[in-house]
Amino acid sequence: MLLCPSTSKTTPFKWIGIVTTDKNTDDWQENELAASLDRFPERRKEFTLHGGTEVQRLALPETIDDDYLERLGFPGRYPFTRGVQPTMYRGRFWTMRQYAGFSTAAESNRRYRYLLEQGTTGLSVAFDLPTQIGYDSDDPMALGEVGKVGVAIDTLADMETLFRDIPLDKISTSMTINSPAIVLLAMYIVVAEKQGVSCQQLRGTIQNDVLKEYVARGTYIFPPKPSLRLITDIFQWCNPNLPLFNTISISGYHIREAGSTAAQEVAFTLANGITYVQTALDAGLEIDQFAQRLAFFFNASSNLLEEVAKFRAARRLWARIMKNRFDAQNPASMMMRFHTQTAGNTLAAQQIDNNIVRVTLQALAAVLGGTQSLHTNSRDEALSLPTEASVRTALRTQQIIAHESGVADTIDPFAGSYYIEQLTDIIELAATELIAKIEGAGGVVACIEDGFIQRQIEEAAYEYQKEIESGERVIVGVNSLQIEDEEKPELLRMESKVEEEQVTRLQRVRAERDEDEVQSRLAIIKLAAESESNLMEPILDAIRAYGSLGEICSVLREVFGEYRD
Amino acid sequence: MEEQQTPYRVLIGKPGLDGHDRGAKFIARALRDEGFEVIYTGIRRTAAEIAATAIQEDVDAVGLSSLSGAHLRLFPEVIRELQTRGGEDIPVLGGGVIPDEDIQQLLEAGLSAIFTSGTPAAAIIRSFTEACRKHCDGTNM
Amino acid sequence: MAPTCSKLLAGVRRQDPRAIGRAISAVENNSESAADILSALDQEAIDGVLVLGITGPPGAGKSTLTSSMIRALRKEKNRVGIIAIDPSSPISGGAILGDRIRMMEHALDPDVVLRSMATRGRLGGLCASAGAAVRIMAAAGCQIIIIETVGVGQSEMDIVRLADITLMVLAPGFGDDIQAMKAGLLEVADLLIINKSDLPGAEALCMEMEQIFRDKQEKDGILRVVQTIAAQHQGIDQLLATLNALAFHLKSTGIQEERRHKALNAETLDWIFEILRPHFIKAMNTKPERKEPRIRAQELIHEFTTTEHPE
Repeated sequence: MLLCPSTSKTTPFKWIGIVTTDKNTDDWQENELAASLDRFPERRKEFTLHGGTEVQRLALPETIDDDYLERLGFPGRYPFTRGVQPTMYRGRFWTMRQYAGFSTAAESNRRYRYLLEQGTTGLSVAFDLPTQIGYDSDDPMALGEVGKVGVAIDTLADMETLFRDIPLDKISTSMTINSPAIVLLAMYIVVAEKQGVSCQQLRGTIQNDVLKEYVARGTYIFPPKPSLRLITDIFQWCNPNLPLFNTISISGYHIREAGSTAAQEVAFTLANGITYVQTALDAGLEIDQFAQRLAFFFNASSNLLEEVAKFRAARRLWARIMKNRFDAQNPASMMMRFHTQTAGNTLAAQQIDNNIVRVTLQALAAVLGGTQSLHTNSRDEALSLPTEASVRTALRTQQIIAHESGVADTIDPFAGSYYIEQLTDIIELAATELIAKIEGAGGVVACIEDGFIQRQIEEAAYEYQKEIESGERVIVGVNSLQIEDEEKPELLRMESKVEEEQVTRLQRVRAERDEDEVQSRLAIIKLAAESESNLMEPILDAIRAYGSLGEICSVLREVFGEYRD
Repeated sequence: MEEQQTPYRVLIGKPGLDGHDRGAKFIARALRDEGFEVIYTGIRRTAAEIAATAIQEDVDAVGLSSLSGAHLRLFPEVIRELQTRGGEDIPVLGGGVIPDEDIQQLLEAGLSAIFTSGTPAAAIIRSFTEACRKHCDGTNM
Repeated sequence: MAPTCSKLLAGVRRQDPRAIGRAISAVENNSESAADILSALDQEAIDGVLVLGITGPPGAGKSTLTSSMIRALRKEKNRVGIIAIDPSSPISGGAILGDRIRMMEHALDPDVVLRSMATRGRLGGLCASAGAAVRIMAAAGCQIIIIETVGVGQSEMDIVRLADITLMVLAPGFGDDIQAMKAGLLEVADLLIINKSDLPGAEALCMEMEQIFRDKQEKDGILRVVQTIAAQHQGIDQLLATLNALAFHLKSTGIQEERRHKALNAETLDWIFEILRPHFIKAMNTKPERKEPRIRAQELIHEFTTTEHPE
């Protein structure tokens, strides 16, 4: 039965179950909700509070008027303010996806298998900086950086090790890779091939969001134009071949980390999204063909209420853009599905256990804001990469929110709060205005080249930091409530031999492979890059021959040129 | 009215591949607001590029930032590059995600000061002022 | 001359980057050795140098264009000097000098001599220090020197005076800035560059500018409006060819000589201020008075000219 009986006649809200006269509610229940329940039954037969009181699926206002429908609507229905699925976490919790990876592929593989044993439900690969910028581990530019912030991947051999004994048809994998995303995606596909898993089954996400690299994260390689072409090549190839894969994760996370405000995070991210969509349309793709494979990635910072409003505003604004501006027809094209990570920049190096509390608040904001997947940071990350124990606590934080807090048992519980709704409107409006400003100045690429977006972020970051320095903004344990003689925490120490070992491994692969084969396949990549033809197949071929990431990227650098800030 | 003072010139740079420049940019601006002339060289520079720029710009101090854990390799490399270019007198200060046990090692390698997450801006500015003053006193013509 | 000073000069002649940097600092800070350094520079090298001034609104792509020009000039084996000027904060006196970021590809090229300078809020004093830096770079073997400055306020007018040829860089999408500049700077620009000419609005901007420059262009037949996409190194060859023609024209008509003469006068005037400033600051500080400033100034000048000064 879909409907739940009301427990109190005096409640100011109508619960699903007593709004029998409203045709919109009926319509939603008969369509989206029924279909969803059919496919994914809820986690429990009934959700109750201690003592037996029924937890309602969805609280609604007394009257469902046009204003309500326009601004909030129903979960799983346009404008998706209340969430993208009709049952949200009553059906299934968000994916608990912990970003991890360090030193060598073998070491990271061990960490992934540990995380899977601990109940993580999706992998998220962190690559080291040379990999993210398309350098092999023996490149002079890689000096000191190999295996530091993530795992070093040079050739297919490393990728095979990274996913050893992890069945790629059973899990979904998110890869934080941007400029050379096409190369790492090709490696992932070939590893699956070797496991006997077909492309049609592969689930996961590549970040593949280059535009934000120019403004916030810095791992760009090529100028914007050829970068956008690579992205479109990926969209084009994946549409028939890799149907379950999210081909981009349009990311506000790093923009926020660089110091933007919440509204700027929404505005710059959605402006980037608009740019990708327009580029794909210009290349001849159909909106409803690729729009469902677009995913987003946001930051969850400590101001709980502001963050909840931010997520809701972003979801509504994107739906409106897709519907009104790009004329998407399929509701799935209008749904903003997003991953969230708690805000790394809020972690303190002092009294690091306090970070667990910060992460809890931030994770709660993400869940109350309706995220599809979540990474929770570990307590020691202001000091080093996290230890296994602190990663476990971070994961447990999500599990406690899921199983114990009760917030996952009803949908969009903050809806209807005067404050939350007003703030949702305010953030949406501010973001809308900022997007209009960017478009008025020639669009995202022009605004990156002229530094407009960077300056906006820098300004916001500077003001925020000044408030901390002056003590106007209190950061517990950092600029107030400090303690002396703090006990030193146990930190993860990295093997200093990682770079050496990785270089040796790379040289061994180079010695064992068929060099002529590699060179001829690299030459084909060059031809494809110079022409307009899709780069995916030539790159897959080079990967199969154990051509390295650095070799492929240097061919592309030759043709595309390099971007310098 | 005060007699016009010559501003100190410093370079703020990010060696290596790490693109997190929020801290470096903040320090650059904070130094500017304290009257420094700050040459900001942006992200992803080699040690050689930073050293050559410091020499050309005749700076009184170099500030380095790295958050990726590559500081033990890259900071001393900048000092070496300065030395080969005749800039051994230019003090180098560093900051980032730097564990306690690395700090001593960096100081021994010739870094004048190391800042970590949570070092107040005022303390960082004080260190730069001191380093620049010392450098100017030592090289006055 | 102090021994450190002659060592410095020898270093400048040897094109040693450290010496060049220190010599420029010495004159920029108006330190004791400034006069000794400047008087000993190679006049022939200074006469032979070509000085380009580049100005334009923020965001037009000046630094990227400069970097792209350096690349082209280096291909022709020119040794290039660049003076990149940014404003000082009027409140703190500090500055962020960030123009280099877009020129870092030349950081390790020994034949690209780059110096960032802040305006330091001085009345014209920028002209003095930038002019001196030009001569030091020339003495250090630079054949072409580019002075880049943001086209806002007084500083670019100072720079225009120093340059043999003034280039103004514009880009589509800066409508208001361009309107504001039309009256003043467009008049002094010898050459107008429409950068980012692949952006919408470039054609219209180009036509508008050609209209303004029609008279100049018709008089000597030299192209006055050039389109570039500096980020993609497009249009740079055309720009350099035009610059060559302009340089030849200005030299053969005697305009360059006349400009340099004026520039030296302007610089001299700036140096007068630079040299006298400390004296007067000291005089005012030792004898604080509340008096009508103009009267006080006259008295101080009188006092200054009637007492003996060492140096």
